[in-house]
Amino acid sequence: MRGAKSAKWVAGAIVVALAATACGGGGGGEGESKGSGPAGYVSIDVGEPQKPLIPADTNEANGSYVIQSLFTQLLDFDAKGDIVYTNAESVTSDDSKTWTVKLKKGWKFHNGEEVTSKSYIDAWNWYANIKNNQQNSFWFQDIKGYEDVHPEKGEPKAEAMSGLKAVDDHTFTIELKYTMPYFNYKLGYATWAPLPEVFYDDPKAFGQKPIGNGPYTFEKWDHKKLIQVKAWDEYLGPNKAKNKGVQFKNYTTVEAAYKDVVSGNLDMIRQVGPTDLPKYKQDLGDGAIEQPYAAIQSLTPAFYSKTFKDIDPKVLQGLSMAIDRDTITKTVLNNTRTPAKGFTPPGVKGYQNLDTDVFTYNPAKAKQLVQEGGGVPGNKFTIQYNTDGGHKEWVTAVCESIRKATGVDCVGDPKPDFPTDLEARDNDQVKGMYRGGWVADYPVNANFMKELFHTTAEANNGRFSNKEVDELMNKADQAKSLDESVKAFQEVEKKLVEYMPSIPLWYYRINGGHGKNVDNVNVDFHGDLEVWGVTTK
Amino acid sequence: MGRYVARRLLQMIPVFIGSTLIIFCMMYALPGDPVRAMMGDQAYDPTVVAGIKKELGLDQPLLQQYLNYMMGLFQGDFGTQIASQRPIADIILDAFPVTIRLTLFAFTFVTLVGIGLGVVAGLRPDTLRDRGLLTLTLVLVSMPSFVLGFLLQYLLAFQWSVTTPTVTDSTNLSQLALPAIVLASLSLAYVARLTRTSIAENLRSDYIRTAVAKGLPRRRIVGVHLMRNSLIPVVTFLGIEIGSLMTGAIVTEGIFNVRGIGIEVYEALSRREGATVVGIASLMVLIYLAASLIVDLLYAVLDPRIRYA
Repeated sequence: MRGAKSAKWVAGAIVVALAATACGGGGGGEGESKGSGPAGYVSIDVGEPQKPLIPADTNEANGSYVIQSLFTQLLDFDAKGDIVYTNAESVTSDDSKTWTVKLKKGWKFHNGEEVTSKSYIDAWNWYANIKNNQQNSFWFQDIKGYEDVHPEKGEPKAEAMSGLKAVDDHTFTIELKYTMPYFNYKLGYATWAPLPEVFYDDPKAFGQKPIGNGPYTFEKWDHKKLIQVKAWDEYLGPNKAKNKGVQFKNYTTVEAAYKDVVSGNLDMIRQVGPTDLPKYKQDLGDGAIEQPYAAIQSLTPAFYSKTFKDIDPKVLQGLSMAIDRDTITKTVLNNTRTPAKGFTPPGVKGYQNLDTDVFTYNPAKAKQLVQEGGGVPGNKFTIQYNTDGGHKEWVTAVCESIRKATGVDCVGDPKPDFPTDLEARDNDQVKGMYRGGWVADYPVNANFMKELFHTTAEANNGRFSNKEVDELMNKADQAKSLDESVKAFQEVEKKLVEYMPSIPLWYYRINGGHGKNVDNVNVDFHGDLEVWGVTTK
Repeated sequence: MGRYVARRLLQMIPVFIGSTLIIFCMMYALPGDPVRAMMGDQAYDPTVVAGIKKELGLDQPLLQQYLNYMMGLFQGDFGTQIASQRPIADIILDAFPVTIRLTLFAFTFVTLVGIGLGVVAGLRPDTLRDRGLLTLTLVLVSMPSFVLGFLLQYLLAFQWSVTTPTVTDSTNLSQLALPAIVLASLSLAYVARLTRTSIAENLRSDYIRTAVAKGLPRRRIVGVHLMRNSLIPVVTFLGIEIGSLMTGAIVTEGIFNVRGIGIEVYEALSRREGATVVGIASLMVLIYLAASLIVDLLYAVLDPRIRYA
C-alpha cells in the first residue's frame, strides 16, 4: 500500500503545521480583558506609530499622540492658541533674538532623574546632529550654530550648537541666527521635548520603551495592537492626567473603530469615516464632536508648469470665485469642512476677515476675471491628488463648479497613492494645480505663510516666488514683538490675495466622538483630542 | 516517492529566487521614495532623507540591493523596516500565525462542511435538498465576500449581539470564527458543488454498480469506493484554494480588523516598504509551492494508479 504510507506523511505534515501555528500565537493573549482595558483607563483609536518613539523623529499623528502623553516640552497652547507654560516657568526675550528659558523646579523624568537645563540642551543638540538623522532636525535651524552640527554635506563640525548656553540648572539661553518674534511659539511643538541621560546609552532601545517627563509613563507597546500608558502621580504640569491611563488602540479601518465606539469597546474616535458621518450624531448623541481646527486645504498652482507660468493673478482669483465652497462642503464633504475665507484658519493668532469677495462664489464675476486675466492657456488645467486619501469626490466637484461658472475645463490628475503624489510635487512634475494641505505646527499666522509661500520655504512646492512678498515676510520676522509680527503677517496675507500663491478651499473640522463611559473630551488647536483631560464615569 | 519529493523541493529554489527578484524589481519600479514619503506633506530636510537612505543601503543600485537582501536572507535576516526600524522577521512572526490560523480555520470549515454538503446532495441528485443546496451555493458564489462580511457583521453583532463586531484579539480562536466563515463561504460553495457533481456522476459508474451487486454494505460503498474516486477533483481544488484563501484573507482581515499579513502587505505597499513586501510575498510563494506539492502527493494516496518514481 504505497498510497497509505504516503498518506501518513501528508497527515503528519498537516498536524505539525496546525500545531505550530496554534501554539505560536497563544502567548500574546495574556488573558487581556476585552472591554476598554483596565479600570479607569480610557481608550482611543490611535494606530501604530510609524517610527520609534523619539520626539524629534515623529511628525505623523499616531506617533505624536503617544509622544505627547509621555513627554512635556517647555510650553503648550490652550484651545484659543494662547501659550500655557508647562515645564517652563517663563520663556522671554528682549530683542526676539536671544531667548531666556527658566524651568520650573522639582520636575523629574519617569525614572527619577531631574529635568534640568542640560536635559534640554543635550537633547536639542542630539536631535539637530545630522549623524542621528532625525526627521524634525530642521526645527532647530533657527538656532545659532545649527550649521556646525547639521552641515548640508559631510560630517558635523561640532557636537553642540553655539547658541545654546546653560546659565544654571534651571535657566538657559537660546541665541538665534536672526530675530524671530514668534520663536517661543515654535517651542510648543513636541519635537522640543527633553531627554533623560539613559537615552544616550541606547537610543534604539529607548525608542521602543521611552522614558519622558510627561503626564503618563510608558507601560507597554504591543506592536500593531496597542500602546498603553499609565497616569504618573508625580507629574507637576497643568495637564495632569485625570484618568488612570490611556490605551492607544490600533484599528485597520475607521469603520471598525466607529463600530467599537458604538458598541462600547472603545471610548474615543478621532475621525468618523464617511460612511458613518450621516448618522454619527444620532448614534453618539452628546458624544459627537464637531469642531474646527487650525488646518487648511487649498489648490496650489505649479508656477513652473506650462499652464500657470506667468499667469495673471486675476485668472486665479477668477477660478477661486468659481468654486462653490458652501455647497461642496455641505454635500460632497458631508459638512466636515468650513469654507475658507483667507489663507489662515481660525484658531491661530492673526486670523482676520480679509474683506474681499475672492473667496465667495460668484460665477459672473469669476468668468469676467478669468477673461480679463487672459484666460487659462489651453482653456484647461488639471488638479493633482492622491486617490488613497478620499480626495476624488471633492476634486471632481470643484472641477465641475469651475467648468460651469467659467467654461474653463478642469480634470483631476489622480496619483495612486501619497508617495507618488509627493514625488511629483518634489520633482516639479505637477502639470497644473495640486491639492495642498497644511496643519498648524504652532498657532501663529506666520506658520501658514512663511513656510508655504516664501521663495526658500521647503514646503513651497508650487514654487511661488515673489520679491515683494518675500521682503514683507522677512520684515515681519524682524518685528520687535509678537503682536507687531502678527500684524505684519496680516498685511502679508492681504498682499497674498493680490498674487494668489494658492486658492484656499476650506478649513478642516474634526468629526469625532466618544462613548458613554467617558466625559470631558476636548479638542486642541491642531485637532487632537486631549486625552489627559478625559474622565471616566 | 522520496526522490520525487526531493526533486520538487529542489525546483522550489529557482522559483523562489525568480519570484523574489520580480517582486523586488516591481517594488523598485514603483514611483515614490519610501524615505521621502515618511516625511509627509510638511517641510523636511533632504539631508536627513539622504542620510537615512545611506544607512539602509537604499542608495545603492537595484542589483546590489537585491544581492544584499538575498545574502541577509541566507543568514536568516529578513531586513529592517524603513519607518519603524523593527526587524521584518518580527513583523512577519506577529502577523503570519494570525493569517495562517484564519486560513486553516476557514480551510477546515470548507473541507468538512463543503464536502459534507456535497455528499449529502450528491447521493440524492435532483431531490428537494439537492435543489436547496444548489440555490444556497449560487447565492454564496454570487455574493462578494465583503458584502457577506458586512451583512453578517450587521446581523450577528448589531442586531442580535451574538458576537463582537470586530476582532479585538486576533489570537482568540472563537473571535476568528465569523471572519473564517465569511472567508470560507465562496470556496465552500465551490467545494460543495464540485463534490456533489462528482459524487452524482460516479454513483452511476460501473464499479459502483459492481460494488452494489457484490452486496457490500452501503457505508463501505460510499465511504471507500465512491468517496475516494470522487474526491480527486475536490482535493486538487482545495490544495490550490489554500493559497487563494490566504490572499482572500486580505479583504476579510480588513472588515473584521484582524491583524494578519493582508494588512501588513497593504500598509507596506502604500509606504513602499520593499523589503517587507518581498519578505511576505516570498513566504506566500513558498506556501503555494508546498500546497501544490501536498496536492500532488495526495493524488497518489487517492488513486494508487498514479505513482511517482
